[in-house]
Amino acid sequence: MSATPELDRRTLLRRAAAAGLLVTPAAGLLSACAGSTPSQNNDNAGEKSNDNPFGVPESGAVKVVIFNGGLGDKWAQEDKAIFNAKHPNVTVNMSSTQKIKTEEQPKMATTPSDVVMNSGADIMDISTLVNEGAIEPLDDLLAAPAWEGGGTVADTLLPGTVADGTYQGKFYVVNIAYTVWGNWYNAALFSKEGWTPPKTFEEFFALAPKIKAKGMAPYVYDAVHGYYPRWALMATIWKSAGKQAVIDIDNLKENAWRAEGVLPALEQWEKLVKDKLVLPGRLDHTQSQQAWLDGKAAFIQVGTWLKNEMAETIPPGFEMKISDYWGLGATDKAPNDVYAGAGEGIVVPSKAPNKAAAKEFLRAVLSKAGSAKFAELTKSLASTAGSGDNVQDSALASANELMKNAPKDLVSVKYWNFYADLDKESQNLSQELMAGRLTAAQFIDKMQAAADKVAKDSSIKKQTRDA
Amino acid sequence: MRHGVARFVTGFLALPVGLYLCYVVWPFLQAAGYSLTDWGGYSDRQQFVGLENYLRLFSDELIRKAFWHNVFFLVTVPLFTIALALFLAFLLNVGGREDKAGIRGVFGSSLYKVIFFFPQVLSLVVIAVMWQQIYRADGQGLINGVLMKIGLVNPEDPITFVYDPEPFLGVPAVLWWLLLIAVWSGAGFYMVLFSAAMQSIPKEIYEAALLDGAGRFHTFFRLTLPLLRDTVSVAWVYLGFIALDMFALVYIMTPSQGGPNHASEIFASVINFNAFQKGQFGYACAIAVALAIFTILLAALQLRITRRERIEY
Repeated sequence: MSATPELDRRTLLRRAAAAGLLVTPAAGLLSACAGSTPSQNNDNAGEKSNDNPFGVPESGAVKVVIFNGGLGDKWAQEDKAIFNAKHPNVTVNMSSTQKIKTEEQPKMATTPSDVVMNSGADIMDISTLVNEGAIEPLDDLLAAPAWEGGGTVADTLLPGTVADGTYQGKFYVVNIAYTVWGNWYNAALFSKEGWTPPKTFEEFFALAPKIKAKGMAPYVYDAVHGYYPRWALMATIWKSAGKQAVIDIDNLKENAWRAEGVLPALEQWEKLVKDKLVLPGRLDHTQSQQAWLDGKAAFIQVGTWLKNEMAETIPPGFEMKISDYWGLGATDKAPNDVYAGAGEGIVVPSKAPNKAAAKEFLRAVLSKAGSAKFAELTKSLASTAGSGDNVQDSALASANELMKNAPKDLVSVKYWNFYADLDKESQNLSQELMAGRLTAAQFIDKMQAAADKVAKDSSIKKQTRDA
Repeated sequence: MRHGVARFVTGFLALPVGLYLCYVVWPFLQAAGYSLTDWGGYSDRQQFVGLENYLRLFSDELIRKAFWHNVFFLVTVPLFTIALALFLAFLLNVGGREDKAGIRGVFGSSLYKVIFFFPQVLSLVVIAVMWQQIYRADGQGLINGVLMKIGLVNPEDPITFVYDPEPFLGVPAVLWWLLLIAVWSGAGFYMVLFSAAMQSIPKEIYEAALLDGAGRFHTFFRLTLPLLRDTVSVAWVYLGFIALDMFALVYIMTPSQGGPNHASEIFASVINFNAFQKGQFGYACAIAVALAIFTILLAALQLRITRRERIEY
């Protein structure tokens, strides 16, 4: 999710060349898949025990591919050391990249890597992976004993982690980073000016003129990647219309977008745009984050990877803090629900040559020691409980604080993981709404039409969520 | 042919032809094969679905949009690139004063030649990244920054370039901004191509025209252009291919790779979406095969229309 779409020239060049071949006429990439024969798996060599629940043979190698985005890849080296402390004779071949799909997808049908962190802008579509049977269910990982003992792996995970990795009733994706989304502000500036971070749009609209008077724009967001503003829109919808409304939207229920509370939520955003409270221009994620750090805007909405992503350019005296997304006030059905969840998913391909070692590696990633290192190095919470307890950091502490006061229900939205068409359409329409080219009512009409189209399309496999 | 020679030739050709069959022809055939299946791209599971993917093409709204956007590029990219390249080549070769040494280009033409050709040296990706900075949609963008300094653009309302889907002459603004880059980056190469062709036109023909009192305008339209007919025609076909691609610019520069809100969707971006995001590789192959057929027909048609008797100098 922490998209890092900066261009790696070589990869893009290769990509562009490949796509060029596809177009005229259509095949370059496919040669990679030519005459594929399924590879043979022989991963039953080792003895199974409580300390080695998957029976990893004490030899051989496991290939691990890490997404090197907002969170970096240093934390993974720590997990490698933890893994090798227990299995010194298993070689961990670790590599990191930003182009997960470009590099990993062509191998999926033949000889994939054993552990793939499927994250970033260049991500393999998760429901396609599940539908095609290309990735391995990891329910046995959840049931396995935790690395340091004391219960199962599942027991150590934060709420939402299992649900976020579950598709069609099976656990497929280990999301290792626990991300909290919300509106960020500079606490040092706010206390100097005597501003309080608003809880509702009403309070924000009241504060906005004071911010403008200081020559700042009240708000800035990533206008290049449609999924950035979409988080904020969906959080407002969840708070205003309640959990069931979003579940209905995800399940493509008839007229789900027209449920009570959805329109007023989006009208807040329409007003925010119409009142010109957004920093002029169209900036991408790092440009907008830099503009915010430079004091050009008071609020930016993004997840907790922000601190690590911008670590090099945070000005001295800048006190990064996150506050919850704004609600509408008294009419809200779920005013306190926080947008949080496990992200940065790791998968094990079905055809991975060393699945036992792959699962064992994931067990090491979810260990207490590994999680603590993760939080320390990335300034983000890991999806295991207590990872951030010993880290001193204002951004992480404010996220911790937000989570402590959060009710059990977390804001979570699934439709963009369920359906690629709705993903693209909702990104486009979110951008149009934020550019002021759509009203809230038009946005709803178009989203409803897009949802209905997917519901009717028999070539798209349907998915549902219960909670 | 004598026996030994045949073997010699075969020996030479076997390797390149083999490589070509393996890495070009075979994948093409495979793509055509996949286009008849519902393959998702991530597994070895696939089912034969016949022509279903091709029938779907006709009811796909996105394809229709992409088609018209590609047609826009198909018309404008060759037209503007060739016009600009011809103009530059003419100035550089025969546009200057005539003196005792005969016909020559404008002053400093060899320097200009290098400058105009320069974009050709850069890869398209580098060009796209560079233009991202030029088109940046706030005060730090090159164009916006300059225009704001001299007061032509309101800092509260910067030009949004590739984020602007509003139609200009009936075509989304984003396509015009992309067109500008395509023409800028392509004109240099065709200028060199036309320059070479112009230099092969005998100077006596120009001198004869000058003696008859032809001005620059007439020299260009009555002499140069007709004599360059073959070269221009080939350039038109090449540029047609480029116009049907345009993937790199759209992929790197536009929001949501074809946005805003599908305003810059082209065949290649629809293929990319279906193959790599939606997991419908079979359908994506069908689009690609259809596009390939369209491209070949277009090239054949183009070469046929412009075929004429050659003039030998």
